[in-house]
Amino acid sequence: MKGVRLNDITKTFGKVHGVKDLNIDIQPGEFFTFLGPSGCGKTTTLRMIAGFYYPTDGKIFFDDRDVTRLQPNKRDIGMVFQNYALFPHMTVNENIAFGLEVRKFSKEEITRKVDEARRLVRLGQYGERKINELSGGQQQRVALARALVIKPDILLLDEPLSNLDAKLREETRIEIKRLQAELGVTTVYVTHDQTEAMAMSDRIMVMEDGYVQQIGTPQEIYNRPVNKFVSSFIGESNTIEMTIMSIDGEKVIVKNEHGVLITGLLENSSPLAPMNKGEKVHVSIRPESIHQGEGENTLTGEITFVEFTGLSVNYMVDIPGITLKVMIINTGGKLLEIGDSIQLNIPARSLYFLGE
Amino acid sequence: MKKQTIQSSQDSLWARITRSPSFIYVLISPLFLILFGYVIYPFYQTFIQSFGSETGLNNYERFFSFESTANLEALWTSVYISVISVITCAIVGVLMAFLLERYDFPGRRMLSVLVLVPMALPPLVGVLSFTFLYGESGIIPRGLQHIFNLEQVPFALEGVWGVIVVHTFTMYTYFYLTASAAIKGLDPSLEEAATNLGASRLRIWRKVILPMLTPSLVAAALLVFMISMASYTAPLIFGVERTMTMQIYLSRTNGNLDMAATQSTILSFVSISFLIIMRWYQNKRNYQNLSKGISVHRSEVKSKVMKVLSVILSFVGVIILLLPILTLILISFSVDGTWTIQVLPPEYTFDHYKALFTDERTWRPIWNSLQMGFVATVGNIIFGVAAAYAMVRLNFKGKTVLDILIMVPWALPGTVVAVNLIAAFSEENIFAFNQVLIGTFWILPLAYFIRHLPLVFRSTSASLMQMDQSIEEASRSLGAGWWMTFRKIVLPLTLTGILAGTLLAFVQSIGEFVASILIYSTSTMPLSVAIFQKMYAFKFGTACAYGVLQIILILIVLTISEKLSKGSAGSAV
Repeated sequence: MKGVRLNDITKTFGKVHGVKDLNIDIQPGEFFTFLGPSGCGKTTTLRMIAGFYYPTDGKIFFDDRDVTRLQPNKRDIGMVFQNYALFPHMTVNENIAFGLEVRKFSKEEITRKVDEARRLVRLGQYGERKINELSGGQQQRVALARALVIKPDILLLDEPLSNLDAKLREETRIEIKRLQAELGVTTVYVTHDQTEAMAMSDRIMVMEDGYVQQIGTPQEIYNRPVNKFVSSFIGESNTIEMTIMSIDGEKVIVKNEHGVLITGLLENSSPLAPMNKGEKVHVSIRPESIHQGEGENTLTGEITFVEFTGLSVNYMVDIPGITLKVMIINTGGKLLEIGDSIQLNIPARSLYFLGE
Repeated sequence: MKKQTIQSSQDSLWARITRSPSFIYVLISPLFLILFGYVIYPFYQTFIQSFGSETGLNNYERFFSFESTANLEALWTSVYISVISVITCAIVGVLMAFLLERYDFPGRRMLSVLVLVPMALPPLVGVLSFTFLYGESGIIPRGLQHIFNLEQVPFALEGVWGVIVVHTFTMYTYFYLTASAAIKGLDPSLEEAATNLGASRLRIWRKVILPMLTPSLVAAALLVFMISMASYTAPLIFGVERTMTMQIYLSRTNGNLDMAATQSTILSFVSISFLIIMRWYQNKRNYQNLSKGISVHRSEVKSKVMKVLSVILSFVGVIILLLPILTLILISFSVDGTWTIQVLPPEYTFDHYKALFTDERTWRPIWNSLQMGFVATVGNIIFGVAAAYAMVRLNFKGKTVLDILIMVPWALPGTVVAVNLIAAFSEENIFAFNQVLIGTFWILPLAYFIRHLPLVFRSTSASLMQMDQSIEEASRSLGAGWWMTFRKIVLPLTLTGILAGTLLAFVQSIGEFVASILIYSTSTMPLSVAIFQKMYAFKFGTACAYGVLQIILILIVLTISEKLSKGSAGSAV
């Protein structure tokens, strides 16, 4: 188990920059996720850790060892690829054994370790199967076993769930998390799926356009996003531009151009937010934190859209100058219709002031 | 290859060298060196020679002069034959493709297997069987004459039209293959959508089907034109002397090497232009078919009349396709020298086949060809696999140049390749290790190597492209070095592709005639030249027995390739 440190990493492809000025410190045993839309540089970063790309600038350390330009086969990492990259001409056992053969283990040891690894990923009786005789989920587990059997210092997972259907994805997610916790291996996980990232990670790095937006625990990222991008990328969010009217101790009152007033708390503001009277700020309000009826920040609006999902009722509500997405947990009550008027309240602690 | 020798030096230095971004050029330099030595340099030598011993453009002036028009006529005839061949091949090929892909009728299965028979016919042997069948003293014209008691044969395949018929028979498959692939990829729901929108049958053809097929048809047309321009065997056998290839051959045999070089240069210019146009067109075109999962439905031929008609037509088709091979087999059993004015050979024997493997002098050409083909193919494998890996997996400047250079020998007519080799290797040459190659064993394997350069390369790069790069990366991340990854992962996964190309290259080397006839030496006479000579010595039986042997070899190879491609489709991820 090793830590991974990236120091001022920059990677350019020709004139196009892949990632820029990246600084990450991944702790030994940590489950660390790179999250971002496609093209944000997360896979590029992962491939630099794996050694398939060399950074244009900066250094990579495994613990204190400089591996910046070390060849991929000398790094002792386990990697699971998006398409699994299993060797199609080999059986399950031969696939898992490959890394052990490279490391010149004895025949008996290989057999023992392969069996063990296969049991670990619950592929007990599938050893002699060909790869194309396995389902997607099973292939996924072979890829995991192959990466784990060499007892890697670091496990790299490149969107390993993206090729699975919804149900298998959840199952495998739990499986990966279980294995990681059991083996305690330092894990770097790449995904564009925020649910996956939230559910699995110790810490998440949100990236966009080659830059780091925020690094933090799932709660930090969700509840205290630093900027508009993070708040809209993670979960659903209403992001509204408003002007700060007054700051009175902890209380911050903001107003839009139609005179709608909302009160929030000063502690719920991103370090990047300009918290001064008269400044314009972006206010993030999660749809699920808006409630029906009277309370703090009571507002009245007209419903323009209704959607029933079973778990919840989603409304779009027009308030002068603002369209709010609202999610009400379904308790079996009567649905409102388009054109109905609705009373809403937003607890002051649910407001979050964002930076640019 | 080069890697091992340097490895012995200091490891850290070695590591530093391999990491440098320019190291890749050390790796690929042998490829460029080979192409330079055996493609560019001979080409350049011909080009120099084409100006003749005197200074100036004398030869070129003579070529284009109106005083002796033989050369201009030849150029015109070549173009003329090629254009007509493209048209006839297109008609036959596209019709066949539509018939077999879109309609179901009795005999369709049989016809769809046999439709590719012309591909199994080696060029020389194919032309020969056509003359046996449809020539002036051919079986069919004589048969008709005999049956209807005619004064003369009712028709005979000869001259330019003979060449065109043979071209049509042997080359319509290019149109057939591309057209049927395109039709398979043509979503029938497009036609249904057009019908649904109220378009008539004719309009659908004009506005939907033809535009969708155009890219593949243009590609096939360019290919057929190029191959027709390079065609040598058919004009030779049908005695059409005024074609470019024949003019080169005649200049060469008359000892006018400078003029042969001039003619070669002009013909190469045409061929290479076509190669460039083809590449440009292929890069430009895109299949705009957006549908996924296409289910082709064949319409059944229902009316009684049509059914009978289609049975008759497919029967005729099958006969026409099979006759050349059947004829070869028949004549291969005939006693040499007995078949003169009869419709069919009068006496039969099994001796020719026995002689193939027992008589030293009959066996010799087979053995020569096997040896020379083997040597050439080994070269093709080494070069093809290395070049394919470099093209698909490595990043370096000059990729396009490498790609074009590999394709050039394929675009060059065999006649030109031979003339180039004569120009470069009739003197001592550094690329021949300071030896004169002309007149030795090595010149023919070299010619085969050059002519079939792209075969292994293309099939290998195709299977490399299918193989996801992440599979190699997986191997690397598991700790395997480059060589081990190549040996244990890349090679096994591309083996079918390599083998398919290898077999094709080998078979083509065995049957190669066009370049061989110009540069073979009597001590290493190849099979194809032996067939040609037996023909002219009226030893039809032996010639045809050779031909049948070749066809069997080709059929074996085709079967294996088919099996291979099916097997690999099963294991591909």
